[in-house]
Amino acid sequence: MVSPNTELAYNSKIEGEVVVTRADAAINWIRTNSMWPMPMGLACCAIELMAVAASRFDIARFGAEVMRFSPRQSDCMIVAGTVTYKMATAVRRIYDQMAEPKWVIAMGACASSGGMYRSYATLQGVDRIIPVDVYVSGCPPRPEALLDALMKLQAKVRKEHSAKNLLSA
Amino acid sequence: MSTTAVDAKSALKAQFPAVTDRASLDWPAVNVPVAEVVAALKYLRDTLGFDTLTDLTAVDWAEGASPRFTVVYHLYSTVHPGYFRVATDCPDDAEPAVPTVVELWPAANWHERECYDLLGVKFTGHPDLRRILMWEGYPYHPLRKEFPLAGIEVPLPDAEIAAETGTKVLPAPMAGGPFVASPGEINLTEAEPRAKDESWNERKAKPE
Repeated sequence: MVSPNTELAYNSKIEGEVVVTRADAAINWIRTNSMWPMPMGLACCAIELMAVAASRFDIARFGAEVMRFSPRQSDCMIVAGTVTYKMATAVRRIYDQMAEPKWVIAMGACASSGGMYRSYATLQGVDRIIPVDVYVSGCPPRPEALLDALMKLQAKVRKEHSAKNLLSA
Repeated sequence: MSTTAVDAKSALKAQFPAVTDRASLDWPAVNVPVAEVVAALKYLRDTLGFDTLTDLTAVDWAEGASPRFTVVYHLYSTVHPGYFRVATDCPDDAEPAVPTVVELWPAANWHERECYDLLGVKFTGHPDLRRILMWEGYPYHPLRKEFPLAGIEVPLPDAEIAAETGTKVLPAPMAGGPFVASPGEINLTEAEPRAKDESWNERKAKPE
């Protein structure tokens, strides 16, 4: 006679101290919950970015509180502010120095599209030089909007075929 | 030393007969010939107490005007508080140049670099006349009247990154004219920076 399984949680006596999962799920779980940002603060959006990291909004709740000013230690570049053509080459160079896997959030109107700076000096959207994963609207965006962007990026990373990409790399 | 700003003007004119009055709505202003401008500024600084250079800029009177460029110095006195404005016309309209005043005020260094960068006025004798805002090798002077606000297509400053990304410095899309905020607007949605003329855009031509 088969008894109904009433074990809803993990039971080491049944599973033999083994957790079964998919490599994708494990890798993506690790990646989503410690996404260290590279704060590319170029203008006033960077002030909101600081607020996101401070206690009231607290990006640490999403595992992204370790703002690294070294591109080699960061996973997610947050382009916060107006990208001038003179700065664009530096932004691209810093992006190139980040280790894979890496993602980009374009924070605010200027980083996303040039914003109100329709001028000779301003790059019309940072996606013209680096691939952007999430765009945040606003001038500047509220801190909640950046948290939402991070959650959107985490949702995107959870769907990546990480194991396949790692093995084929 | 305790002359007022208005007295300074007559004192300067007595010292330099070529100095003429310049129309001004606020502070005293004079036109000085370019040959005497350094000596006049030195006299204003040392004898009349205008010891601070608060601004140095230039005016572009547009293509075809002669003189086309006028360099303007804004002085401030900490001895008898007040401002004084000195303007000098650049003799050459194609290659405007005036002598530098870095020896009088070290603060003039970056002001003159900015003026050179954006308007193309050369400051002869400047110790380090490089561009300060646009990148080295940019071929234009963006604040000149003939330069369009949207910009002109040129390569990116870094050739390696230009090759990697395949992008260039392109004219900005100016659909509807400059994007400006409306500071007096109560409705915050309406106050956001936007094109003031929304009757045309990238897909719809500007009505004649």
